[in-house]
Amino acid sequence: MSSHIAYLDGNAAAGELSKVFAMDVTTAQGKCKHCGATRRFAEARLYMEGPGVVARCSVCEHVLLRVVSARQGVFLDVRGLTYLQFNMMG
Amino acid sequence: MGIISRGFSGRRTPTDVKLPPGQYLTTDFPVLSAGPTPHVPLENWEFVIDDAKNVLQRWDWKSFRNLPSETVTVDLHCVTRWSKLGTSWEGIPLDTLLADIKTDASYTLVRSYGDYTTNVPLKDLLNKQAWIAFRYDGQDLAPEHGGPARLLVPHLYLWKSAKWVRGMTLMHEDKPGFWEGLGYHIYGDPWREQRYSGDR
Amino acid sequence: MWRVGTVVALHDETATARTITLEVPDWPGHVAGQHVDVRLTAPDGYSAVRSYSLASAPNSERRVQITVERLLNGEVSPYLTQEVIVGDRLELRGPIGGWFVWRSQQTEPVQLVAGGSGIVPLMAMIRSRTSAGSTVPFRLLYSVREPGAVFYRDELRALSAEHRSVIVTYAYTRTVPKDWPRPPGRIDAALITDTTWPADLGPACYICGPTPFVETVANLLTASGNERDKIRTERFGPTGERK
Repeated sequence: MSSHIAYLDGNAAAGELSKVFAMDVTTAQGKCKHCGATRRFAEARLYMEGPGVVARCSVCEHVLLRVVSARQGVFLDVRGLTYLQFNMMG
Repeated sequence: MGIISRGFSGRRTPTDVKLPPGQYLTTDFPVLSAGPTPHVPLENWEFVIDDAKNVLQRWDWKSFRNLPSETVTVDLHCVTRWSKLGTSWEGIPLDTLLADIKTDASYTLVRSYGDYTTNVPLKDLLNKQAWIAFRYDGQDLAPEHGGPARLLVPHLYLWKSAKWVRGMTLMHEDKPGFWEGLGYHIYGDPWREQRYSGDR
Repeated sequence: MWRVGTVVALHDETATARTITLEVPDWPGHVAGQHVDVRLTAPDGYSAVRSYSLASAPNSERRVQITVERLLNGEVSPYLTQEVIVGDRLELRGPIGGWFVWRSQQTEPVQLVAGGSGIVPLMAMIRSRTSAGSTVPFRLLYSVREPGAVFYRDELRALSAEHRSVIVTYAYTRTVPKDWPRPPGRIDAALITDTTWPADLGPACYICGPTPFVETVANLLTASGNERDKIRTERFGPTGERK
């Protein structure tokens, strides 16, 4: 691995995302808006060391979703996902 | 607020050190990022100033490095609460890069390799307040800290000092960048603790 | 969202890692592989949150265990491994995660690959297998720096000895025990071939550890014929902590 920034995966963001999603996000399938790849959210690349949580597509690296826990509330941006399909049995 | 954890106090700072509110002193240099480290070969590197319609000025690595640089020692304040004091950088002042540009724009959107952006008022980049830095602590700026070059604007929170900088767009209206558009403060003065968009 | 657990037991796994047993009266139960977020709050209101895998098997008691490795410049792990005493209360969020889990209803052989503290959720899976009385064959390939860094050593030795129910292979990367047949080194294709389930058995593979370790091992397992969707992964920070 050439990158010094070690990303984590969707499992690492699941606790933070449980603030906004009622169902388990790790088993959800997400379709990347940029490249169309559909993957388990558990396998997304998570960058969590900065001011917020950034989930990127493991295929094309584009942003899937972002979360910021700000003073005034939790901000969620899902523009990078065509959809997130949650598993009802999750 | 959670239950108090007996004996836990978070990171401690010596009491004689003056920091912006809510910050703690660090001696290491944390690496924070919103994405993978871009790898930019120097022969492809460029810094472009545009106004969204036209390119106003462009430098490649060679012409950029031919500009007169200066070495500065500054304090860094990250919105994730760490502060690192007395850091030494070498870079080209934005005053030099903007010297030949005539504009009535008041704002800039700074762009990085990768997809990161941040907005900074034009006047905050002038008057010895900002540099495009390519050396840190006497060595070429490492990729994980933003190399080949990053913006350094230390009077604002460190998220404004965009790593892997590639240029900036001059704007007449302030437009939020990557973090400013998702709950962070549009300006980001650490001394007024302007972390989030609701903060005064 | 946050539950309060009371520390009822502490056990040092190694010189730098400790298992904390917590009693959580409203614990809803969990599945092996899940984790909790632990939140510490200072008197001034500042709080820090870190994720730790559950080490204990699902059970009917309201007790859970986490194993915490102390990081040199850590903010939370030094507190959890050195400051916490029996009777202290910790806030927990969870259990979290529905993907990186093993349930005893699964019938195929299981291949576990652990890098350092990545052993924790995999140990929960091993313990879950025992408590469910499962006979599903498990193999564990456990990569550590040196013998002193192994968690749960006695328990793993007992399981290995007992009808070989869980076959454990250690891969030491820096220092090996005396008379060890293999020089120190990272997991490579040869070790995968020699010690993991053949891919044509269709094992369910679980890899846990630092990101570079997980990527390397995942590539080795797919190269040896395992299907991508039979491999589940969980990445810890480069120093082993998941934020």
